[in-house]
Amino acid sequence: MLKTRIIPCLDVKDGRVVKGVQFLELRDAGDPVESAKAYDAAGADELCFLDIAASHENRGTLLDVVSRTAEACFMPLTVGGGVRTVADVRTLLLAGADKVGINTAAVKNPDVVAAAAEKFGDQCIVVAIDAKRVSGPGETLRWEIFTHGGRTPTGIDAIAFAQTVAKRGAGELLVTSMDKDGTRSGYDIELTRAITDAVTVPVIASGGVGGLDDLVAGVRDGHASAVLAASIFHFGQHTIGEAKAHMAAAGLDMRLS
Amino acid sequence: MTPVTVAIIDYGSGNLHSAAKAFERAARESGLDGTRILVTDKPDDIARAERIVLPGVGAYADCRRGLDAVPGMVEAMTEAVRGRGRPFLGICVGMQLMASRGLEYETTAGLDWIAGDVTPITPADPSLKIPHMGWNTLTIHRPSPLLDGIPTGEAGLHAYFVHSYALKPLDRADVVAHSDYGGEVTAMVARDNIAGTQFHPEKSQRLGLALIANFLRWTP
Repeated sequence: MLKTRIIPCLDVKDGRVVKGVQFLELRDAGDPVESAKAYDAAGADELCFLDIAASHENRGTLLDVVSRTAEACFMPLTVGGGVRTVADVRTLLLAGADKVGINTAAVKNPDVVAAAAEKFGDQCIVVAIDAKRVSGPGETLRWEIFTHGGRTPTGIDAIAFAQTVAKRGAGELLVTSMDKDGTRSGYDIELTRAITDAVTVPVIASGGVGGLDDLVAGVRDGHASAVLAASIFHFGQHTIGEAKAHMAAAGLDMRLS
Repeated sequence: MTPVTVAIIDYGSGNLHSAAKAFERAARESGLDGTRILVTDKPDDIARAERIVLPGVGAYADCRRGLDAVPGMVEAMTEAVRGRGRPFLGICVGMQLMASRGLEYETTAGLDWIAGDVTPITPADPSLKIPHMGWNTLTIHRPSPLLDGIPTGEAGLHAYFVHSYALKPLDRADVVAHSDYGGEVTAMVARDNIAGTQFHPEKSQRLGLALIANFLRWTP
C-alpha cells in the first residue's frame, strides 16, 4: 500500500536555513545539511529545499548544500528556486537532487517543463504552483497563478495551468496557497481539491499549516498525495512522528516504520 | 584481502552521486571496508569489476541511447554479467533496461536479460495517481538473498518508488517481489546472478542500505 507522504520544507538562502530550525538538539540550527539529517532520522518521507534567494551568484552554495545532503541522507530530496533552464535541472540532479521544482520559468514558458521531462523523465519534474483566490464572494471559485514568490500576478487560471503542465510532463505538482501561506490557518482545501481532482499526477498540498489536523484535511478533504509543512516542524511544535501518528489515527495510510 | 570493486555505470543518467554514496555507506556500515565504489564510463573498468550496478533515472529510450553512446559498454556489461556471472544490480530504469523492450514514448529494445516488456502502470482504481510515487511495502513471491534480514509485507519496511512504467516479466518466476498499487507492480526481479529493483534502494533509508549491503555480499 502506498503511503501518504509528509515533507518538511526548508527555506534556504545563501546556504543557510532562513528562520532557523529549532527542533531536536541541533548544534547548528542554520545548517540545512544538519536539519536534513535530523529530518531523515525523524522519519520524514521526503525533504524539500527551497532556495529563496536563487541568485545565480549563489548557485554554487546551493549545489554544495544539495551535494552534502545527498551524501548524508538516503531519502528523496526535491530542490526548487530559481530553476530556469534544462541545464539548471541537470545541475541540480547531478548534485544529488531527486526532483527539481520549477515555478516562474514554467509559467513563462511551459516548454521548459516538456524539455526537462523528456530529458530526465516526468518523475523528477515538480511544477510549483503559487495560487491566489481571485473570485469575489458568491462567484464561482477561481484562483490565479502568481510568480516571483507570490508578488507578480499573471492572469493565468491556476487549474487550467495545472492541467497544462501535467500534460506537458510535470510528474508532480506542489500547490501553495498564497492566501494561506504563513497564516497557520490550514491549507486552502478548495484549491488543493480543485487541482488534485483536475489532474492525474500526485499533488503536494502547501501553505498555511498551523496544526496536525490541517495535515489530515489536506489529504482527506484536499485529496493531496503528500503534505508539505515548515514551521510546525522547524520550531518543535510537532515532531514528524507525532504528525504521522495523528494522521494514522485519522485513518490515513502512513509509513510508521 | 584484495579490495572488491563495485562499478556503477555512468551513462549520463541522473543520480549517480546518491547511488555511489549509498553504496559507500552500506559498505562501511557492514564492515566491507575494502570495497571500492567506482563510478565509471569505461568498459575496461566493467570488465575488471567484481560487481556491477546499472542505476537509472529518466525516460527509457533516452537511457538506452545514453548506454549505447558509451562505446563498448553494452558489450562489456554483457560479457561480465552474462559471460562471467558477475553479480549485477539494476536500479529503476536500470532494472527496466534488463527487459526485452521498453514502451515509453516509443518502442525501444532492452538488454533482453529478463524476457518481458516495460509498460505503463494501469491501476484498477482510476483515481490512483501516476507516477506511482512514494513509499510502498513489498510482497514477496520467493526468497532472495538480497532481502535477507529485511522485514517485508504490509507490516514491513518501505521502499521508495517513483515511476510510471513497470517491467512485466513473461516468466513469473523472475519476479521476487511486487508492490500493490491498484494491482501488482513488479518491485524486484532476479534470475541467476542478475537482480533489479524498481524502487530506489539509494533513497529507501533502512531498507535500501540493507539491500545494498546484501548485494555487496551476494555470491550467486
